[in-house]
Amino acid sequence: MSLKGAAYIAGAYEHPTRKAPDKSVAMLHAECAIGALADAGLSKSDVDGYFCAGDAPGMGPLSMVDYLNLKVRHMDATDIGGSSYLLHVAHAAEAIAAGRCNVALITLSGRPRSEGMATGTTPRAGNTAQPDVQFEYPYGPTVVNVYAMCAQRHMYEFGTTSEQLAWIKVAASHHAQWNEHAMLRDVVTVEDVVNSPVVASPLHRLDCCVISDGGGALVVVKPEIAASLKRPKVKIIGMGEAPKGQMGGNVDLTYSGARFSGAAAFEMAGVKPADVKYASIYDSFTITVLMQLEDLGFCEKGKGGKFVADGNLISGVGKLPFNTDGGGLCNNHPANRGGITKVIEAVRQLRGEAHPKVQVANCDLALAHGTGGLLGTRHGSATLIMERE
Amino acid sequence: MAYQQRKIPFAGTIDSNPETKPFFEACAAGKLVLPHCGACGKAHWYPRGVCPHCMSQNLSWKDASGQGTVYSFSVMKRAPVPYAIAYVTLAEGPTMLTNIVDCDLDSIRIGQKVALRFVPTEDGPPLPMFTPA
Repeated sequence: MSLKGAAYIAGAYEHPTRKAPDKSVAMLHAECAIGALADAGLSKSDVDGYFCAGDAPGMGPLSMVDYLNLKVRHMDATDIGGSSYLLHVAHAAEAIAAGRCNVALITLSGRPRSEGMATGTTPRAGNTAQPDVQFEYPYGPTVVNVYAMCAQRHMYEFGTTSEQLAWIKVAASHHAQWNEHAMLRDVVTVEDVVNSPVVASPLHRLDCCVISDGGGALVVVKPEIAASLKRPKVKIIGMGEAPKGQMGGNVDLTYSGARFSGAAAFEMAGVKPADVKYASIYDSFTITVLMQLEDLGFCEKGKGGKFVADGNLISGVGKLPFNTDGGGLCNNHPANRGGITKVIEAVRQLRGEAHPKVQVANCDLALAHGTGGLLGTRHGSATLIMERE
Repeated sequence: MAYQQRKIPFAGTIDSNPETKPFFEACAAGKLVLPHCGACGKAHWYPRGVCPHCMSQNLSWKDASGQGTVYSFSVMKRAPVPYAIAYVTLAEGPTMLTNIVDCDLDSIRIGQKVALRFVPTEDGPPLPMFTPA
C-alpha cells in the first residue's frame, strides 16, 4: 500500500520567540501546540496522536501528554536529532493510514540560548554505555569540527571552495532580511563569511547556524478531516528516512543519508528534483546544505559548490529557492534542532503564506529535508515531499 | 604556530564496556590492537564485541602496524588549546577518529602519511593518536 496522499499537514506554527528565559521548555511545547491547533482550526479534544523527540522533557511522550492532558491512542518518540520531526510527519501519515489516529500533534521546543549552552564548540561526554563514546570523546569531537571534516573532505575530493559554501549563507541572509523574527537580519556577502573567524577549519563563524530558544508544532490529519478545514490543503506525497554511520570503519564523508531518504521520497511521490518549486534544506552549517542538495539529486555529486554559487538559492533570483524564512543559518534553530522549522516554511510556501518578498510563484510542490545528529559520525536523514491540492 | 598539547580526558574506566577492556589494557602497554574477525577476515573500528561486517563474535585482537593516512581533519580553533581532530585510515583498513599531534596544525593535509603516537590522558590509559610520518 502506498502512503502517498495518506495524510495532510493541517496546522503549522513557529514560536516567535528566539530567547525565552521566562518560560519553561514544557510551556514552550504547550504554546507551540496551541498555535498549531489554532492554525488548523482544531482543538485539544481532536488530538488522538502525539509525537515528540529528545527535546521534550521527561520520559518520551509521557510527560508532555500528561502536561497537556491529552487523550491519545497513538504515540511515538523516535529521536533522530534535528531530523526527528520530518520523520514524525511520515510516521504520523503511516499511523493515520493504519487507522491508529486521525489528528497527530508534533511538538518541539528548547532553550539552549537562555541556558548558555556552548552548543557547537564543546565536546559532550555522553554515557559510556553508548558504544562509540570511549573511542571518540577523548579526541574532542564537537558539533562544528565533525561537520567541518565533511567540508574538508568535500573540498579535497571535488574542489569545493569556502566562497562557494559562503553563497549558502548569503542566500539565507537575503531571505532573513524580510523575517521580523529572524535572529540575523543583515544581508551578508561572500567576503563577510570567509573573513569571519574560523571556528573549526574550514568552517567560519558565519558558516554556522544560530543558537536560539523557541520551538514549533505541526498537526497532521487524515484526508477527510483536511477536507473539512478552512486552510489550504498540503498533501504529503513522498517520505523517506535513513540512518548513516561509520559502517564498521569504512568511513565515507562524501555523502549523507539523504541519498537514501531522498530517493525513497521521490519514488513514492513520482516526481523528480527538477519538479520541486521550493526546498527546505537543513542548514546546521553551510556544508550540510551543500551535501544534502547533491544527495537529494538537485545536482550531481561534487557539483554542489557550483550549484549554490551566484545566488542560485535566492528566491526570485536562482533556480532553487531554499529556506525562505532565513533557515537555521539566520532565522531560528530552536532546541538546536531545525527539522520542524523546515516543514513549517514549506507549508507556508505551499499555502502562499510566505513573506511576499520571498514567496515562490505558483508553489505547488515543495520538499523538506533534515539531517539530525552529526553528519560526520552518525546521523539520521528524513525527507518529505508535499503538494498543494 | 608552535604545538601545544591539550589535556586529554578519558571517558569512564577501561572496563566500562567489558568486551573492549583488552583494547585499553593494550593501550596501557603502549600497543594499538585492532579487532579482526575470524569469519569474514576483516578488521573493524570502533572496537566492539560483534563484527559489524558479518555479525560474527569470532573476534581476536591483533597488533596494528601504527601506519595510517589522513582521511580528513579539522583544526578546532575555537578551543582553550587548539587541536586537530581527524579520521585516519589505518594500513589494516579501518578508519578511526583520532587527533593529529605534535606538529604545526596548519600543515596537516588530507592524504598525509602519519604514524602512531600514544598520548597520556587525564584519568585513563594513554590513547592512540598520530603524528606526521
